[in-house]
Amino acid sequence: MSAIDMMGPPQRSGSVLGWLRRNLFSSIGNTVLTLVAAYLLWLTIPPLLNFAIFDAVWTGETREACLGEGKGACWPLVWANFGQFIYGRYPESEIWRVNIVFALGFIALVPMLIPSAPAKRFNVIFLLVVYPLIALVLLAGDRPGLPPVPTSEWGGLLVTLVVAVTGIVVSLPLGIVLALGRRSSMPAIRMLSIIFIEFWRGVPLVTVLFMASVMLPLFLPEGLSPDNLLRCLVGVALFSSAYMAEVVRGGLQAIPAGQYEAARAAGLSYWQTMGLVVLPQALRHVIPGIVNTFIGLFKDTTLVLIVGIFDVLGQVRAQLSDPTWTVPQGALTGYLFAGIVFWIFCFGMSQYSSFMERRLSAGRGR
Amino acid sequence: MRNPVAALLLGILIGVGGLYFVLPYDAAAVLAGRGTTPATAVETEPGAERSGAGETLRRVMRRGFLQCGVSQGLAGFSSPDERGRWSGIDVDYCRAIAAAIFGDGEKVRFRPLSAKDRFTALQSGEVDILSRNTTWTMSRDTQLGFDFAGVIYYDGQAFMVRKSSGITKAEQLAGATICTQTGTTTELNLADYFRGRGLDYRVLSFEKNDEAISAYDQGRCDGYTTDASGLYAERLKMQRPEDNIVLPEIISKEPLGPVIRQGDPQWADIARWTLSALLNAEELGITSKNIEEMRESENPLVRRLLGAEGSYGASVGLGPDWVIDIVRAVGNYGEIFERNVGVDTPLGIERGLNALWTDGGVMYAPPIR
Repeated sequence: MSAIDMMGPPQRSGSVLGWLRRNLFSSIGNTVLTLVAAYLLWLTIPPLLNFAIFDAVWTGETREACLGEGKGACWPLVWANFGQFIYGRYPESEIWRVNIVFALGFIALVPMLIPSAPAKRFNVIFLLVVYPLIALVLLAGDRPGLPPVPTSEWGGLLVTLVVAVTGIVVSLPLGIVLALGRRSSMPAIRMLSIIFIEFWRGVPLVTVLFMASVMLPLFLPEGLSPDNLLRCLVGVALFSSAYMAEVVRGGLQAIPAGQYEAARAAGLSYWQTMGLVVLPQALRHVIPGIVNTFIGLFKDTTLVLIVGIFDVLGQVRAQLSDPTWTVPQGALTGYLFAGIVFWIFCFGMSQYSSFMERRLSAGRGR
Repeated sequence: MRNPVAALLLGILIGVGGLYFVLPYDAAAVLAGRGTTPATAVETEPGAERSGAGETLRRVMRRGFLQCGVSQGLAGFSSPDERGRWSGIDVDYCRAIAAAIFGDGEKVRFRPLSAKDRFTALQSGEVDILSRNTTWTMSRDTQLGFDFAGVIYYDGQAFMVRKSSGITKAEQLAGATICTQTGTTTELNLADYFRGRGLDYRVLSFEKNDEAISAYDQGRCDGYTTDASGLYAERLKMQRPEDNIVLPEIISKEPLGPVIRQGDPQWADIARWTLSALLNAEELGITSKNIEEMRESENPLVRRLLGAEGSYGASVGLGPDWVIDIVRAVGNYGEIFERNVGVDTPLGIERGLNALWTDGGVMYAPPIR
């Protein structure tokens, strides 16, 4: 034996058992927690999988296929109503227009999200200026060759995306302006920003939508009532920009005063200071908060149902009342489908945000 | 852009694109030589000359379609099918009015409304008519500033219980827990019924019907109550529909009817007489199938209804063929009933009270003469 005690053999870090011991059973407390968690999962996961997959009915033409003991989710209901869930009551002969809008948006968005893709500047202009105009013309129509489709016939995922994307695209710049306004040294601008933000943060979105949709026409002269969906879009955009403003303000406050002073000393104007020095740093800090707001906004779009606009969830609910497809498990199946749709979009957003965070903080070893 | 030709082409492209974007459809139609015919015919109709009358019809004509408030989904009354087409009794009534006005039952847009915002939507003019399984009560008729055009479906609140409970009469529900939906007359009727008989009961109310019915299905309540028509629709959602029975007692009167704003007698007439025309057509045996033969009929009642004699359409600002258009578009009342809720549909509701007075029901329309 040497003078120094020999070290024990290294832990079997590679093996499953070692991993289990280190991560799940390292102490009595952790062991109890692990067992409780495993029990809860055992209670919830198998019934869910049974319902959604193993006992589910996958094919069928009518509601009769889904009737009977011990049958799970009624997926034929979703297949049959799929068009409704995606496009709402958009006229079938015009659905190609929606598809073009979806496809264009997808084609333009993907290179935008991939950092190494070229032509970012053209892409931004296209996405923020050209694309909304094309989408508006295509979706609403009322142009030579494109018969008008009133927004009351839009529905499903189309409405969800229109409301969410408009809210997201409008709320970020508006929120940044409001956040800067709230920190401005000019009293009038500061007061106006504070009033705006606090007003919109103080009222529930349901109230805003209800006021916009039902009360507004009572105040306005007859005939001068803007489109119902447009009213909701404006309401949602203003509402979410107030939240966005506070998120951005949090980032602005994290920037040390030295940054401002250095920028001013270098002779930069206010807008140069903000645009070149402060905002790039501030926004990076608040990416999680911004994406959080986006995700919240995306899910809040379901509230447009109360003003008679059918988003995915509303459309699912409406289709459930169709007696030709009324089955006991219909509501559960429909909500499961809506949940999956929302999860895909929200999870996508959150994954992209963490990718951006890693990318932006690469090399600073935070 | 150094190349002038490319610049020119790009400029033209942007110019044309921009023009296309700002150009409204009407102007474009005029440019293309397809002038639109303005719907001004109604303003010369005699019916429109009465004071304060005709405002709504004129607006509907100018707009080119009817705005009709329906429910956000109630089986048999208004629900969208898998192709997005609305169907149901309430929906067909709206198509009937559209057919009476435009001669085309498709010139109607449906605005799905929740129970809460239906009256505001009608008051504010968002919809021209509310055809949304709305119960005709005195307070709604007198205090809200509305008129009811009549009764399109005689409904009534009833109870559903499990067969295994052994309950066969509503009185036996003493001490029971009843599931129901909040915010409608259902809850009030329930309280009236039990209080009036000095019976104990517990109520579990839910915001959404789906929640109420699944609570009942899971055994959290002994009974479930809503309008009888709704009970049949909800029963389809149960695990074992055949294990549940609808109790015979009807504890409330729920005459459902279309609602219009007060203050436009002509519009009220159109709504009322469209409904009457549907019933009269059934009574006279006029259906969407035999309408063409019926036009040749010698029966004076039929001739008056179909506009061969008299000018009843014109008296409410409509064309002479208004009833023909209605029946062509949606059929008579009986056809509407059987197509949407009748015994051959999943709902399987008998005519019952909603049969014509000649068949033992209470559907009785004033004559068109």
